[in-house]
Amino acid sequence: MNTIKLTIDNKSVEAAQGTTILDAAASVGINIPTLCHMKLHDMSIENRPGGCRVCVVEVDGRRNLAPACVTEVTEGMNIKTHSIRVINARRTVTELILSDHPFDCLVCAKSGNCELQALAQKLGIREIHYKGEQSHYREDTSPAIIREMDKCILCRRCEMMCNEVQTVGVLSAINRGFITVVSPAFEMNLDHSVCTYCGQCVAVCPTGALTEVDHTGAVIRALSDPNKTVIVQTAPAVRAALGEEFGLEPGSLVTGKMAAALRQLGFDYVFDTDFAADLTIMEEGTELLSRLNKHLQGDKSVKLPILTSCCPAWVKFFEHQFPDLIDIPSTARSPQQMFGAIAKNYFANNIQVDRENLVVVSIMPCLAKKYECARDEFAEKGNPDVDFAITTRELAQLIKLANIDFNALPEEEFDNPLGESTGAGVIFGTTGGVIEAAVRTAYELHTGKPLPKIDFEELRGMEGIRHATIDFNGLDLNIGIAHGLGNARKLLEDIRNGKSDFHAIEIMSCPGGCIGGGGQPYHHGDAEILKKRQEALYREDKSKPIRKSHENPYIKKIYEEFLGHPLSEISHHLLHTEYFDRSKK
Amino acid sequence: MTEFKTHIMVCGGTGCRASQSEKIRQNLNTAIQEYGLEDDVQVVMTGCFGFCEKGPVVKIIPDNTFYVQVKPEDADLIIQEHIIKGRKVSHLLYEDPKTKEMVSDSKHMDFYKKQIRIALRNCGFINPENIDEYIARDGYAALGKVLTEMTPEQVIAEMKQSGLRGRGGGGFPTGLKWEITRKSQNDQKYVVCNADEGDPGAFMDRSILEGDPNSVIEAMAICGYCIGANQGLVYIRAEYPLAIDRLRTALKQAREYGLLGKDILGTGFNFDIELRYGAGAFVCGEETALIHSMEGLRGEPTFKPPFPAVSGYKGKPTNVNNVETFANVPVIINKGANWFNKIGSEKSKGTKVFALAGKINNVGLIEVPMGTTLREVIYEIGGGIKDGKKFKAVQTGGPSGGCLTEKHLDTPIDFDNLIAAGSMMGSGGMIVMDEDSCMVSIAKFYLEFTLDESCGKCAPCRIGNKRLHEILNKITQGNGTKTDLDRLRLLGNVIKDCSLCGLGQTSPNPVLSTLTNFYNEYIDHVENHKCSAGQCKALLKYVIDPEICTGCTLCFRNCPVGAISGEKKSPHSIDQSLCIKCGACYEKCKFNAIRIA
Repeated sequence: MNTIKLTIDNKSVEAAQGTTILDAAASVGINIPTLCHMKLHDMSIENRPGGCRVCVVEVDGRRNLAPACVTEVTEGMNIKTHSIRVINARRTVTELILSDHPFDCLVCAKSGNCELQALAQKLGIREIHYKGEQSHYREDTSPAIIREMDKCILCRRCEMMCNEVQTVGVLSAINRGFITVVSPAFEMNLDHSVCTYCGQCVAVCPTGALTEVDHTGAVIRALSDPNKTVIVQTAPAVRAALGEEFGLEPGSLVTGKMAAALRQLGFDYVFDTDFAADLTIMEEGTELLSRLNKHLQGDKSVKLPILTSCCPAWVKFFEHQFPDLIDIPSTARSPQQMFGAIAKNYFANNIQVDRENLVVVSIMPCLAKKYECARDEFAEKGNPDVDFAITTRELAQLIKLANIDFNALPEEEFDNPLGESTGAGVIFGTTGGVIEAAVRTAYELHTGKPLPKIDFEELRGMEGIRHATIDFNGLDLNIGIAHGLGNARKLLEDIRNGKSDFHAIEIMSCPGGCIGGGGQPYHHGDAEILKKRQEALYREDKSKPIRKSHENPYIKKIYEEFLGHPLSEISHHLLHTEYFDRSKK
Repeated sequence: MTEFKTHIMVCGGTGCRASQSEKIRQNLNTAIQEYGLEDDVQVVMTGCFGFCEKGPVVKIIPDNTFYVQVKPEDADLIIQEHIIKGRKVSHLLYEDPKTKEMVSDSKHMDFYKKQIRIALRNCGFINPENIDEYIARDGYAALGKVLTEMTPEQVIAEMKQSGLRGRGGGGFPTGLKWEITRKSQNDQKYVVCNADEGDPGAFMDRSILEGDPNSVIEAMAICGYCIGANQGLVYIRAEYPLAIDRLRTALKQAREYGLLGKDILGTGFNFDIELRYGAGAFVCGEETALIHSMEGLRGEPTFKPPFPAVSGYKGKPTNVNNVETFANVPVIINKGANWFNKIGSEKSKGTKVFALAGKINNVGLIEVPMGTTLREVIYEIGGGIKDGKKFKAVQTGGPSGGCLTEKHLDTPIDFDNLIAAGSMMGSGGMIVMDEDSCMVSIAKFYLEFTLDESCGKCAPCRIGNKRLHEILNKITQGNGTKTDLDRLRLLGNVIKDCSLCGLGQTSPNPVLSTLTNFYNEYIDHVENHKCSAGQCKALLKYVIDPEICTGCTLCFRNCPVGAISGEKKSPHSIDQSLCIKCGACYEKCKFNAIRIA
């Protein structure tokens, strides 16, 4: 590749052909401000519509200012990033954007995390010279996501996520000119659309236009109700990200501090979704083996590949988009719902509390979990198995509200019996983790032999679609992995067209898996953060004394005491589910 | 084939059709039958003659009698008098406004004298629904010549030599564009004709497609041959139903004649054309937005590069030219680049079609050599300002252009001169304003158009133009300040400097050019709260002159808000706090006692 020599702010710069001015400038420590642009390096996710015009720079010989995020460097370019013309333009454009933005900063959910606010600070804007009409749109609330489009700055990141990355196609710009707004078709409500609630739009929104439905109030009310026993479960990906909310380095594991914080918040029992993840492996792994064996014996009624089913956005996605394939995914409920069912049907009995008086709260990296726990099939007589799902961000909010000095907390353990988990349960939080956990168990159950190695490096990574073949004692098991619904769609279309030779496929909706979930601390476009969270989960896995789900002593116990065996009748009733064709409404 | 002695050409352009030219044609045919002239006289529905001010136009050939403002009931008279008796129908002839003489042949009319019609060569001459008539006027000769005698490189060299520049507004050299697209390596390429004409008042592309669709089809095929494309697409606004109809008919006939499709003229060259309909978004005239719209995506521009010549429709190299540009191509091939490049100015060759509109006597479509001055266009071709009023400004380039004044009247019109004067060629809209036009309101009017048509993608255009408009509104409401004028200039320049596409980059031109050329008028609005043109209602004040008022009470009785009081037979007065400035009293007063202050 050709190297191009240019000058930026009187500094000589060399950059590869095809490099943008933005990246070339960053390579010499010149950070041109941006707003709409977002790039998750190495994940093929980039939004650069060149629409906000905040990154404009002056290029000698050009009539107009050039947007640094989309303009590629050329030989001999002479660029000024902070001439008076540039500063004036950049500040004016930012003032214009602010002039059409509500001044709700003091009470906005995004305050402190808002990229527009940060930009205004960076540019030292102290007055908005252009005042006038502001856009007003109807607020749209769904089970998981709130759209407050008055705060939208039309960066179009959500649209890129929804259409290009997730291929869900709900969000797009409609109307023209000043009344342009990002919206579902015909300005319908999100809950009437095919939105999966994956929350990736929320994860990338630079302002408070897209946020999660806040359930912290409901949790506080439950905690302060003397008649309620409130228990909590925490998803694996939360422990690898929660620390970021308290200034810790990305990738810091805060499992023990999180348990301590939850106890201080007043939860009666602090449990772990990882326990339910181990349970999921027992059910899903057994289902895989059962389908595999029947398939190998020539039973044509059994379809392969089996698809994982722990991601609720993925479930809603295939219910809308691939209803013809709804008998392929595993029927196993997600860990969140398995936990809820066990809590309300087993643990409630153990502690002699009525299901109505047992409140199950889950801490999730996810927005779709809010929707999942509200699905009708996960409730008994109107009482849901999981009462409230709150995000990692909401938990941080609760901790701050309770005046807890998070970083000074001691490391504490989860409670038993639903707090014990294995390394296999931990890695559920990253792409590739569920299938690795399943392989660890299925291998031993299938072959009857101990695993020669526990770490399946071939299943790990950040590639959007991965595949590996695992030797199951002479049987080559073909495994596929996809994260991001657009990648999932490719694998599903192969299945639909009879071109798939996978035996099992793991699918997670969010890029990176749950570590990149829509409820996690905002990554602001820094893919390194996701990678560090992933490393943290593998670290936690490695540090666990037990790393295979079927060896979890409390899992063994619950089968002995309550469930019988995987795929038993009671398992079917409590731990499995059915899917619905949502293609026609 | 019957050889007719006389041809009666009836304008079938959209404008004349709206004035019942179709009915004229029917009545002419009825009369012809009645008098048994079927074998001698033929009625031809042509494209636009251009002289829309005097439409519907009917022209008799071979004697070139040019009848204007013809009504359906005149048909019988034309047949009886002109055809049968050989006498011209004098009341249908054009009266020269200066000499008051009746002019029979259009070539003696000031409107036509200075025109050179290249792009419009066949408009008004042929039946656009009959390919034979196009062929009879050298149609498809250029395609034949290109396919049998020239290599693509030779054609491109010829185009470059001709100096033809894009007529859609950008003025990019056409030959160079073709060359770049030719050099882009790909298995599939496309030729796109941009027929998304959207400038308010501009209708040259529509007229060409209505009057001479084959000229565009032929040029697209030539372009396809040059760049290596076998597929052409015409992106045309769905609001042009007649143009679409004529284009469809022409495509069908061209296919039947083997001038489109496989193995054209036996040369092995394949080329065909499909239509794509636009929903009328102005921004879709921008080529990247146009391509997105053709792909079924939202009509929004994207950053260039990549240019369509490298990555256009469906990611393939695409050459996008405007209708008028294409219409020039066959003539250049037939007559040669050196014939063409002798017409026009140094850097802008050939002619340009303008749509003359506004406060001008001869509204219509004209084609003049580049380098013609605004004065010639307005005063000679256009016949000067309506009602003998004073010329104030001319807006060229539509909403993207600027307002030019008296001092620019002797500027030769070409791409570069107009830009230097703070306006632009645009697609050739030319709207003339007289002394009654308020330049602040004019700027506001154009900005309203841009506000509606901005795609909303980039912040400076989406929000900046909204704020510009709000400031202008404030000024026309009488609440503006001198600081607002500074803000207009500052913000306008930032919008120009930062916007993503041509629409945004030129959208403040009407504001900035009026601010430069009519600064005093702005000052008058903000400092004296006065609109000398009397257009800004909020700044008007109706007063009754007690010396003249007779107390007839007519104004009192007509005031809708009861703002006028006074005793019968004694002077009345207007309560300014109640007056809504509707002007009813001013209109009604028989004694001119009411003045606008």
